[in-house]
Amino acid sequence: MTPSAPVIAFRGVGLTYPGPPPVEALKPSELTIERGDFVTVVGPSGSGKSTFLNIAGLLDAPTAGTYLLDGIDTGVLKDSERTALRGRHIGFVFQSFHLMPHRSAQENVTLAMLYTGVPRAERARRAAEALRRVGLGHRMDALPSRMSGGERQRVAIARALVGHPSLLLCDEPTGNLDSRNADTLLRLLEGLHEDGMTVVVITHDADVADRGARTVTIRDGVLHDGPSRAVREQERA
Amino acid sequence: MRILLRLRPGLRLRRVLRLRPGLRLRPGLRLRRIRPAVPPTSFALNDLLSEALAGTLQRPGRSALTALGTVLGVGAFVAVLGLTATASSQIDSRFSLLTATEVTVKDIAREQNEFADPAFPDDAGERVERLGGVEHAGVHWPVREDTGQGLAVRTSAVARGQNDMIDVVATAPGALRAAVPHLVQGRLYDDFHADTRQRVVVLSSSIAARLGIATLEARPAVFIGDQPFTIIGIIDDVKRKPDMLLSVLVPHTTAEELWGSPTDAAEMLISTRVGAAVQIAEEVPIALRPDHPEYLKAVPPPDPKSLRSSVTSDLNELFLLLAAICLVIGAVGIANTTLVAVLERTGEIGLRRALGARSRHVALQFLTESGALGALGGLVGTSIGTVTVVVVAVARNWTPVIHTGTLATAPVVGLVTGLLAGLYPAVRAARIQPVEALRR
Ligand SMILES: Nc1ncnc2c1ncn2[C@@H]1O[C@H](COP(=O)(O)OP(=O)(O)OP(=O)(O)O)[C@@H](O)[C@H]1O
Ligand SMILES: [Mg+2]
Repeated sequence: MTPSAPVIAFRGVGLTYPGPPPVEALKPSELTIERGDFVTVVGPSGSGKSTFLNIAGLLDAPTAGTYLLDGIDTGVLKDSERTALRGRHIGFVFQSFHLMPHRSAQENVTLAMLYTGVPRAERARRAAEALRRVGLGHRMDALPSRMSGGERQRVAIARALVGHPSLLLCDEPTGNLDSRNADTLLRLLEGLHEDGMTVVVITHDADVADRGARTVTIRDGVLHDGPSRAVREQERA
Repeated sequence: MRILLRLRPGLRLRRVLRLRPGLRLRPGLRLRRIRPAVPPTSFALNDLLSEALAGTLQRPGRSALTALGTVLGVGAFVAVLGLTATASSQIDSRFSLLTATEVTVKDIAREQNEFADPAFPDDAGERVERLGGVEHAGVHWPVREDTGQGLAVRTSAVARGQNDMIDVVATAPGALRAAVPHLVQGRLYDDFHADTRQRVVVLSSSIAARLGIATLEARPAVFIGDQPFTIIGIIDDVKRKPDMLLSVLVPHTTAEELWGSPTDAAEMLISTRVGAAVQIAEEVPIALRPDHPEYLKAVPPPDPKSLRSSVTSDLNELFLLLAAICLVIGAVGIANTTLVAVLERTGEIGLRRALGARSRHVALQFLTESGALGALGGLVGTSIGTVTVVVVAVARNWTPVIHTGTLATAPVVGLVTGLLAGLYPAVRAARIQPVEALRR
């Protein structure tokens, strides 16, 4: 990893689902996200937001171009290496939380370090620390099924940041939350950004998109730098 | 010539080449991108085990039901093998050393030829005792009057009552020794008494009591029919032919002189050294009657192995088959439940893949879960099977016997069943793509 390298560097990255019929969900695009950025990716339904997240999160491989994560060319990696990179460099936050219902909040957070070689005691210690960071120090032993949506999403954020990833990838993190909980969550993300974390939030909500220091708009599988309003004006011009 | 181009991340080949205008690429030159070193993720064994355990305990009721088939299969397996071992050991203990060294020879001459004389020669005992492996041998037969009636045995020459009929058995000294009697007073008669046709008897303490004889000090006599006999020994037990204790025993030669040659009921009792009995049973008819070996029928002790297998093998196979069927059902049950669990937990699988689990880690986890279920079922089944064996054995007053091999193998059988059952679900779990799994 090159320390000066951007966290995300898309060089002509595109993805076409084979179909039939083939769908060009992401047209070959250039995008650079530097370390410490807070980027929101906004676009209407079906525009290719999740496709972008899957590529950026190494869950899916692009069919065109080169994707460099932390300066590492991900195109030449074996599946096991992509998995390792994903586990160590990226923290995921999903719209539907994806917590294990029968495991306590703390156990859910430790899961993020299960495969990366962190010793058991250290995992518990770091999980407790991460839960305190998201304001859930008092609910470590609670089961997710006994928690509110806002609390659940904060557990998910604790899980995402506990492994000290270089990138926090959030897919519609406020999608299942009311506006008050959404605001708490966004403020939490802003706090993490202020601490130096690189945060990418994917949303279809313009209000959420405006909270980012930088906004990338995606329309019909094409990435544009700038908020959606500006992009629309650009298109009109 | 080989050129290695190391590209800075993000730099394009075109730009690199433009920096050196004189450089020309030969057609067919292949550019290899340099592979960065990314150490793969790992799944520590203790973590694997605790994750599998947590997965199994997530739904304890369902896990218990899933393991039930294995419990039954392994339980049946242990019970059948244990009961077989227990039953065999019962036969073993009844089949003692005493029966294994005993041969009886019957006179069947009359069955072969109705005009035949009694088959045993006069010196039958001595001849058989000369055979290698024989310890003692001698003939014996019940003595009757010519009329076919039994003989009266009394302590005086004059009849006192009706109730004095006691069996009298002509018993060669060798037959007496072969029965291994336990003497309480006096002595046994021997070959000298027989050769000289002495009027002596040996009888049991219970008959002595019935005749009112307490001690041999006064050299008491008994009358058999009207012949006086000296009681020279009182016995209280025999190891073979316990009916000797209900009879008055006289030397066979004395009996022959007084009451005639043996009837066709004559038999020979032989005691042998360990392991010699079967061989001796084959030799005796020829040794005694080389002219008509078919007149004598020697009965060897039963072969312990054939006895045991004939008792147990049929049941054994049937029940082991049932146990195997239970195991197959158990395996199908585990496979089915594990497959359902894989489908239910697709989201979890996707999450684990997102957090750095390799597909083999996912497969391993589900394989371990099904293996744990199988092993658990195996352990419970082993306990239940063992309890069954103990209960049955105690109810029948047997000593429960289960071989340690059975106890050690049974849980392993459960484990293997679980692992085999988990194979397909594990492969299915490994194939789940993280993108698909997380879409839910
Ligand atoms: N596996 C697939 N095979 C074929 N087409 C797909 C597949 N996944 C997505 N698409 C298509 O690619 C396009 C982009 O999909 P994507 O899921 O990225 O949209 P999105 O912006 O996340 O939408 P939403 O806001 O509704 O989640 C859509 O037209 C979709 O139908
Ligand atoms: Mg989407």
